[in-house]
Amino acid sequence: MGFIVPEDLYYTKDHEWAQVDENIVTVGITEFAQDSLGEVVYVELPEEGAKVTQNESFGVIESVKAASDLYSPVSGTVIEVNNVLMDNPSILNDDPMNEGWLVRIEMDTEKELANLMRAPDYKKLINEAK
Amino acid sequence: MSELKKTPLYQEHLRLGAKMVPFAGYEMPVQYIGLKEEHLNVRNHVGLFDVSHMGEIRVQGPHSLETLQWLTTNDVTKLQKGEAQYSLLPNNNGGLVDDIIIYCVEPHQNYLVCVNASNKDKDFAWMKDNNKNAILTDESDLWGQIAIQGPKALALLEQLLDFKISSIPPFKWTFILWNQTELMVATTGYTGEKGAEIFVPKEAAVSLWKALLDQGQEFGVLPIGLGARDTLRLEMKYSLYGHEIDENINPYAAGLGWVIKPSQKDFIGKSEMLKQKEAGLPFSLVGFKLLEKGIPRQGYTLFSFDNQEMGKVTSGTLSPSTQDPIGLGYVWPQYAQIGSEIYVDIRGRKTKAVVVPTPFVRPT
Repeated sequence: MGFIVPEDLYYTKDHEWAQVDENIVTVGITEFAQDSLGEVVYVELPEEGAKVTQNESFGVIESVKAASDLYSPVSGTVIEVNNVLMDNPSILNDDPMNEGWLVRIEMDTEKELANLMRAPDYKKLINEAK
Repeated sequence: MSELKKTPLYQEHLRLGAKMVPFAGYEMPVQYIGLKEEHLNVRNHVGLFDVSHMGEIRVQGPHSLETLQWLTTNDVTKLQKGEAQYSLLPNNNGGLVDDIIIYCVEPHQNYLVCVNASNKDKDFAWMKDNNKNAILTDESDLWGQIAIQGPKALALLEQLLDFKISSIPPFKWTFILWNQTELMVATTGYTGEKGAEIFVPKEAAVSLWKALLDQGQEFGVLPIGLGARDTLRLEMKYSLYGHEIDENINPYAAGLGWVIKPSQKDFIGKSEMLKQKEAGLPFSLVGFKLLEKGIPRQGYTLFSFDNQEMGKVTSGTLSPSTQDPIGLGYVWPQYAQIGSEIYVDIRGRKTKAVVVPTPFVRPT
């Protein structure tokens, strides 16, 4: 099965996506991530105003079977949290790339984007993982 | 070791679109359409499980009973032809080599012992080392095993096998001839539901599996992966080796005293196991439910109400049946009574939980 990997996004090796709009970064998990996790039943996200660091855990996502850390694609400050997910975590299975966004982060420096993957490399990564 | 084994039903799992994972040296289906849907289908209708990875060890000959009495904790002399018995393989230090089911084919002569997939080589070696002159044969590669579980399981089996399975009480078994194949059909299971586990010669496993899926359509049958098998047994507080029981846990602490018969017989490690029990076991296995958000997982630490470390969570999940975050774990005995409040350390956050009655669900 092919997963949708939009060209305009950035990706982490831990299967988060990042959409960059000037200095605001919207973060979510990829189609591949939701498929590997199975049914998501619980999400733990930071509060607005929390500081996050690139490659460090900023939350947890749990399926019936297991808990997985969420890793931040950039360093910065959380300015918005998708609280709808708390009561309705299954959105992360149904629409992880849009409705299932997790947080919006005001990033400290654009330089960190260089550490992220673009779509062709990410596609390569998930094809090897399969 | 490196090459994963495949059960006789491997191709069927691929055909059904299962997600395959390595488990106990086998490539096994962890889920087909989704854990929760599969779980609920077993509670509400019927599910099929490939459990061919389980081990089967034959114990035969005039010394078979004597050997099993020595190797296991339950009283094998009670076991009549056509009966099954849950039991334990104790080690020398009060812990367990494995938990097992013994099927009596002929008293004093012929028994089939079903063991955990992850332990079968260890068990067979242990049994040979402690043998009292029985003939021991590892038959694991000869058998497929299919579990059929759920409120509609017996109706499906009666239709397919043309045999009144519902007249067989729980924990018994019988030979049934189907398609010129002799099946061992046992009314045992690991879900708390009505149903059976069928030992099928591996050559016939695929045709039996297909027939069950086919005839099962009208009963709402689904194939069920290992993921739901685990949450189903957890809702019943059934022990899983490597979680609630292992080489270092005294089975009395795990609540398994009902299958230990020290006054009836001698067995390996009996004096050590009893010595520990009489000295007072430091832990008891309990079922608990979180009172706050979160999900308990194996390995999380359990704390007393005054913040002292007690023991570990052995299994945990969000119950697909009740939607409660539930778990099993070891606490101090004074915290084992229903209603005791405890804390679970979830990634550094002390989350309040309460000890609740088990099983967590009561299948009808």
